[in-house]
Parts: sequence; C-alpha cells; structure tokens
Amino acid sequence: MTTSELGRLDVEAVRADFPILARTVRDERPLVYLDSGATSQKPRQVLDAERAFYERHNAAVHRGAHQLAEEATDAYEGARATIAAFVGAQPGEVVFTKNATEAINLVAYAMSNAATSGPDYARFVVGPGDEIVVTEMEHHANLVPWQQLCQRTGATLRWFPVTPEGRLDLSGIDELINDRTKLVALTHQSNVLGTVNPVAAIAERAHAHGALVLVDAAQSVPHMPVDVAELGVDFLAFSGHKMLGPNGIGVLWGRPELLAAMPPFISGGSMIGVVYMDHTTWADPPQRFEAGVPMAPQAVGLAAACDYLSALGMDNVLAHEQALTQYALKQVGDVPGVRIIGPTDYDDRGGAISFTVEDIHPHDVGQVLDDVGVAVRVGHHCAWPLHRCYETVATTRASFYLYNTFAEIDALAEGIRAAQRFFGTAAR
Amino acid sequence: MQLDSMYQEIILDHYRNPHNKGLREPHDGEAHHINPTCGDEVTLRVRLTPAAEGGPLDGEATVSDVSYDSMGCSISQASASVLTDLLIGRSVDEGMRMLDEFTELMHSKGQAEPDEDVLEDAVAFAGVSKYPARIKCALLAWMAWKDATAQSLETEKEGAS
Repeated sequence: MTTSELGRLDVEAVRADFPILARTVRDERPLVYLDSGATSQKPRQVLDAERAFYERHNAAVHRGAHQLAEEATDAYEGARATIAAFVGAQPGEVVFTKNATEAINLVAYAMSNAATSGPDYARFVVGPGDEIVVTEMEHHANLVPWQQLCQRTGATLRWFPVTPEGRLDLSGIDELINDRTKLVALTHQSNVLGTVNPVAAIAERAHAHGALVLVDAAQSVPHMPVDVAELGVDFLAFSGHKMLGPNGIGVLWGRPELLAAMPPFISGGSMIGVVYMDHTTWADPPQRFEAGVPMAPQAVGLAAACDYLSALGMDNVLAHEQALTQYALKQVGDVPGVRIIGPTDYDDRGGAISFTVEDIHPHDVGQVLDDVGVAVRVGHHCAWPLHRCYETVATTRASFYLYNTFAEIDALAEGIRAAQRFFGTAAR
Repeated sequence: MQLDSMYQEIILDHYRNPHNKGLREPHDGEAHHINPTCGDEVTLRVRLTPAAEGGPLDGEATVSDVSYDSMGCSISQASASVLTDLLIGRSVDEGMRMLDEFTELMHSKGQAEPDEDVLEDAVAFAGVSKYPARIKCALLAWMAWKDATAQSLETEKEGAS
C-alpha cells in the first residue's frame, strides 16, 4: 500500500516509532493490533519523555524548595499547557485525573457534594424533579456515575434511544431536554458503534434550557481534531492511554466559571486554601480537583503524545482512519454471516467496527483471530445496555489507529473466514 | 495453529450437541450465573435424592438431575454439557470433589496432568487453562452447580428445623 493511498500519513515511518508493533505473538506471527479503542500502543517519543522526566527532573510537584521540585513543577504545568492547547483550551481549564472515568465521576460527585457545600455551590445542586439525560449508547463510564448521582439525589435519569442503524434517535429531543434537565451527558464517538454524535446541536438545545453538557471524548480526542469551543460543551473528559499517552492520566476540561463554582470530589493535600482543625477552604481550579501528589511523569508523557499527534496533524490521522474504516466496512461486511452493529455509511463515523458472526460466539471468533495474531476485543465493551438494543449479548470489535494498515484489515477478514472454517459455519 | 489444544473434539461435540440442556422439574435448587466480562449466562437446576429413603439431603445424597439453560461461547456451553454427564448419578460429595479437581485443572496454566479416572471427558478442558481469559467460561456452569447444590442442602436444613 503506498503512502498516497493511505492519505497523508507515512504509516511505515509511524510504525517504526512503536517498538511493540515489531513483536510477534502466538507461534511467531506478526502482531496485528486492532484494539486501540481499548488502549493504544505508545511511540518511543512518549516512553522517552517519561523516562527523561524520571532520569533528570523527578520530584513531587508543587512542593519542595529545591531545583528538582522547580523543574518537575515546570514540566508538569508545561504539559498541562500542551494538553490544553491540543483541544483548544486554556491551561487553567484542564484538570488531571486518573482516567476519563474519574473525570466523569469528578463532575457527578461535585454535583452531589454541592448539596452540602453551602450557597456558593448552589449552581450544581440537583434533586427530585431534576433530570439528567444520557444516551443508550454510553460506555458504562458515562452511564453508571449518572445512575448513581440520581440514586443519591432523587433526580431522574432519562436517555436518548438509538436507531437500528446505530445513530442517536433525536426525534424526542424537544420533550427529552426541557426546563427540568440539569445535565446532558453523552459520548462524542461511540466505543462500540463508531458513531460520531451531533454534539454541538444537542448542546445548543441543552443550553437553551439552562442545562449543562458533558461529553465523553475518550474515543474522539485520540482520533480527530477536537476543539472545545467549536463543540460548545461545558465539560469534556478523555483518557491519556487511548491517545498514545501513558496509563494513569486522564483529563477533565471544564468551562472556567463552572470549575470555579464546583465543590471538590477528592480531598486532601494540594487542593486546599487554608486548613484549620475544624474546617478547610479550597484552592482555585485546577488544583482544587488534584488532591495528593499528581502524576507528573504521565502528564509529561501525555504532552509528548499530543506533540507527536500534532506533528502528524490530526486531520491526517482522521483521514487515514476514515480510509481504513471504509475499507474495513467493505472487507468485513462482505464476509457472509457477518452483521455489522453500527452505521455502515461513512459519514460521522469513526474507526471502531463491532460485528457478530452468525453461529459463532464472539469469544470464539476472538480466539481464532488471536491464534493468527490479530488482537481484537470481544464482549459487551462496557456498553451492556447498548448491546441489548441490538439483541445481542456480545460482539467482536476491531478498532483502528494511525499505525494500522489495509493489509491488517485483510488479515482481520481472513481471520473471520478462518473462524468460520474452524467451526464449520462457512457459507452454506 | 494452537487452537486444537483448546478446542478438543470432545468440546466441539458437546458444543454442537449439548446434553441435558433445557430446564426441568422437579428441582431443589437453582442458580443463575453471569460472566460480567462478556454477558454469558447460565441458569442451572439441581435435583437431589436422599441416600436412604426418607433420609436427609446431605453430602451422601445423589445428584438425580441437573438441567440448565445457557447462552455463551463454545467453552461455556460444552462445559455445562460435560458437567451434567459427570454429575448426574453421583453423590454430592463426589461432585464437590470433581468441582475441586476441575477448578484446580483450570488454574494450572496448562501445566497439570489431569486425572482422567476422576474427570473423564472434562480432561478435554486442560488446554483452556493456558488461556486465562477463558477460564471463567469453563467454570461458569460449575460455579452455578455449586451454588444450586448448596441452596438445595440449605433448603433441606430449613425444612428440617
């Protein structure tokens, strides 16, 4: 496959940056890694940045009166600026969390903590009569925290259904989002269906009714240019490990006036204003939400990942993945017995393809694929209610990233055929 | 191709033609187990008969029937089917020993030499133990059997008191 056919990425050069892609698995087969939706692989540049921090600058940030502490703090806050710029935000609007899940929980818990935090935080109080709106295609990470918030506060959880084609059914939006709605939480790109949701239009409707909008961008920020101002939302959550960065770091972006009006989620060191024996005041955001010694080496690694992606150009990354996705929808979709769960048209669709293979359980499909070196995910992909909508318990999911090739998609399609031969279900 | 070590012919046979599938009456205990990572599930019923007529339901009682309904991969389906063949007609104590033996085999990482005299067809699952992600599949029905049987024995205790 030539460079031009793959868009504007030199994929062979990209692959050379990822040591793990050169290894073999299961009887010396080349690794075909199609599970980036679960976690991405890391380029040497990210690993080097993290190692360099530990080797040269390691110290606890925002503490200590020594040179290393200064350097570590500069590296950490510099990383915050790089990561903020990557999504069109200001550094003070970016809070570091453990992952996207924790970022979403931070908002959900701030909302229930607001009830007991006094008049300064009344803006975030929810209770009986209030409504939280989600969608049926949410990852458990953007569903369960809102169920729990409703249980704690007496608010009501409502949701957008999905269509058989794998899109959000917006026909009821005028009723679903109303003056009782306090927050709309939805995914930017479905981790199962690949669907990219019309976030800006939904946010506009929510804001017209005074509701806040939180977007789970764990599957979009790694794969397409994302600008928080263009999206017009209030909160955006994403994870470092899905975008070439280290594990253990996630991001919550929030509008600064909202972060300033939110009570803390986790309390302890670093997040305080003044501490007395009987009460404490809070630091300003983002420190208010970063209790304890933070993950500075991982922040530095994530900033290196942002630099890596920016140097390639997120438009190019997107174009490459779109080309792969179109090819895969055809190659995989054409295998008799395969049913794609999610949009089969190319518009507003990212590079995650979930499917079922007639009469073969996804675990067994995944096992045969693994045997030929193809790494995919099987199961409900932390979106159990969504799978129920499509009357299936589990699917097999292939998810692509900038380092994947057309040849790897051929290997996937051939692996599915191998599974059909093995289980004796090939085209009857 | 390492697949054949996991998908032994016995396993594929049980998967394609499961034994004792479909819930039956009467039963003393029933358990519903779900594998939360993939959503596979099994509902399994146990019927026990006292060792001596009119005697208590205890470890010496006979497993007179095991029936189940299930949804899942080849490994979990075949495991449920093999389980019914092995356990129906045994005593509860014998069944629990088999469960222990099978659990140990599943956690052996492919290193164990399974005892065919004890485990019979279940030795075919030895290859599964090399794949940590699939161990739960093989154990799903066994865990349901353990629960359903414990429930049957407890029901008996409550009834007696």
